Amino acid sequence: MTLKDLRRGDRVRISSVDPADPGVQRLMMLGLVEGTELTFLHSSLGGDPLEFRVHGTSISMRQDQARRFRVEPLDGNDR
Amino acid sequence: MTDNREITVPLSSVAIPRRKAGTIALVGNPNAGKSTVFNRLTGMRQHTGNYPGVTVEKKTGRVSLPEGEFDLIDLPGTYGMSPYSADERIAVDVLLGRMPGTPPPDGILAIVDSTQLYQSLYFLQQLIELERPLLVALTMTDVARRNGAHIDIDGLSERLGGVPIVPVVATTGRGFPELKRRLAELPHTAPPRAVGVWPELRRTAESLLAELRPASPTVGIADMERALIDDDAVTTAWWERMFDAGARQRIMEARRELFGDEPARAVEARERYRWIRQVLSDVQQEGSTLERQGARLSAWLSRPWPATGLFLLSMAVVFQAVFAWATPLMDLIDGAVSGIGHYLAGVLPESMFTSFLVDGVIAGVGSVVIFLPQILILFLFLILMEDTGYLARAAFLVDRAMRSVGLSGHSVIPLLSGFACAVPAIMATRVIPNRRDRIATILAAPFMTCSARLPVYALLIAAFVPDRSVGFLNLQGLVLFGLYILSIVGGVGTALLLKRSALRGERPTFMLALPEFRYPNLRTVAIKLLERTRIFLRRAGTVIFAVAVVIWALAYFPRSDAVEQAADAASVQASAEYEGAVLEKRLQEIENRAAADQLAQSWLGRAGHVIAPVFHPLGWDWRVSAAVIAGFPAREVVIAVLGTIYAVGDEADEERLSARLNAATWPDGSPVFTLPVVLGLLVFYAWCLQCVATLAVIRRETNSWRWPVFAWAYMTGLGYLGAFVVYQVFSR
Repeated sequence: MTLKDLRRGDRVRISSVDPADPGVQRLMMLGLVEGTELTFLHSSLGGDPLEFRVHGTSISMRQDQARRFRVEPLDGNDR
Repeated sequence: MTDNREITVPLSSVAIPRRKAGTIALVGNPNAGKSTVFNRLTGMRQHTGNYPGVTVEKKTGRVSLPEGEFDLIDLPGTYGMSPYSADERIAVDVLLGRMPGTPPPDGILAIVDSTQLYQSLYFLQQLIELERPLLVALTMTDVARRNGAHIDIDGLSERLGGVPIVPVVATTGRGFPELKRRLAELPHTAPPRAVGVWPELRRTAESLLAELRPASPTVGIADMERALIDDDAVTTAWWERMFDAGARQRIMEARRELFGDEPARAVEARERYRWIRQVLSDVQQEGSTLERQGARLSAWLSRPWPATGLFLLSMAVVFQAVFAWATPLMDLIDGAVSGIGHYLAGVLPESMFTSFLVDGVIAGVGSVVIFLPQILILFLFLILMEDTGYLARAAFLVDRAMRSVGLSGHSVIPLLSGFACAVPAIMATRVIPNRRDRIATILAAPFMTCSARLPVYALLIAAFVPDRSVGFLNLQGLVLFGLYILSIVGGVGTALLLKRSALRGERPTFMLALPEFRYPNLRTVAIKLLERTRIFLRRAGTVIFAVAVVIWALAYFPRSDAVEQAADAASVQASAEYEGAVLEKRLQEIENRAAADQLAQSWLGRAGHVIAPVFHPLGWDWRVSAAVIAGFPAREVVIAVLGTIYAVGDEADEERLSARLNAATWPDGSPVFTLPVVLGLLVFYAWCLQCVATLAVIRRETNSWRWPVFAWAYMTGLGYLGAFVVYQVFSR
């Protein structure tokens, strides 16, 4: 499961990142690294970009980047 | 305010100019509240310039403290020392002391948003590693407390190598006396101790620095660390200058040892955030941010459908304001300017000087001032959108749609602003992080149907497009609608074309930290509004004025005595034949006739004759050609010139002018303004760039003459081509 496969309100933890894309490296600079917990808020008009909440900050990214982050569900998820 | 302060300082420092006590760099993440702190510390004592060779604004301000005057440099917001845009590059270069013309700062004031400690600590670690005096202003402490978050400030300071941390509330000014006190001491404060975030990197950097001999003695640990991590072209070019080939080989080897096959920046992020998580769990109890009202509201408003509603609503409000509020003000200014002109023309003797004053200077000033109401209103809304955090939300909303035309969501507000006026629209493109996207947007914005095109459209459509219905639609309305569509097609097509050719590059990523909705700070809004207005008046205003005077000269010189004498003779004759109202009407006609004849043989009229063959395939005669030339500085001027050239006076009402245009004929008696000519003329005005203010602003924002020249040639060419096709097709 990656960041682009979530449903609204899902809480997940990042398990691995594929950092080849410079855009992904920049998101890592914003704190999206292995072990970071985040919540999927919603996608924008047309399903892209996506918005997440990370340690009190809203971060948005396109699906292109989102699929580079593998995640595992946190408690309270039924998936 | 500062004057009062001068009186309280000791006499010794009153006698001499105040001592300059140092330069301090103001840094922080975007949206951390940096500009509010900057404005509060410096007040109106700000100066805006440019860094050499780039369009990034260099904002400096003066802070007066008892210890002396400090220069505060407001650096562009950045998340770290690895730059991803021209703005961030500036911040990093200044901090590393690599910016020509900007000496390395004596101290660094870092703004940290206490609700976003997690991201802020990343940059803060890197700042500590610079080993310069460092001071942290912790903003939004009131918000953090309301969220239920608690930060152990002393503990945090201890973990950050003893950096002084001052909690402030920038909107109310709380904590500022303490901040100023610390600021005064900053140049003499010891740099923070090393924190030991990433011992391997530091050890490698230290041993490399000892082993290799850089070309400059100023190269320090931080430079070495950046050389190891950043492999972008600028950083690489820098260390290729600093080290010989053997040393560079060693750096490459050290890189491989440290990072293996992983991108260095990714490894850096992992290492630093590992440490950040530890620190945060010790010094911070996070509040339940999602429970916050503001956060919940902005989360709901960002869902696709509420967001779309809000977007349409805010655009409707902006356009309503720009057109409904500005129009009465513009009419007022218009009335005042022509009132002053009439008055002066009445009391001063008829002479070249009078004409220069009335038709050159006053009309020139008028043509600058007339723009102010709507530009101010548009600026105000743009600043409000920026300050409330709405701009980022709008970009997020429409990103997908804008991507289909080769741009990103950041371009949408500048492009929409273009429907009011291209000048603020182009200035608003600064929010676009990607340079190629920004240039494409700058070149697309002038296509949008701005308010200055409307009077031209209104005149031509009312005069020549039959007022009849097509189905349930009105033909005149349909033509106007078509012109709007044409402007969008022109702008979007241009952006697409450019992004596929000259501005092609890898697809920019859309990455944003979306700020939460917050109340705008009136002080900040006022200062920004003033500053943008000043930029408009200085850059665009002077050019508009200068060109208006040149056009006046072209239309005034040379004067023909023959025309004057003929007019005098006609007046004498008329006075003998008529009297009362009839005489007055006659005299006015004679005067208008004389003005038209003078214009016909002026440089402008001659230019119209010379250039007429070029416009002949469009069906334009020399009069239309001359009027289009005169409209170069500002397209709406074309109406006044048409009025003069067709001898109805330069302030003729639309009806008389329409009637006159309808009656205009070629020498062989066939009408000039046929429907194909008029439709062509409309297409020409939809696409051409007849606005010197726009050109001046493009020059300023791209920092080169290349783009304004290109934009002018391209749009004029496109307008010509469009008019040509329309005329040729409809004439058949």
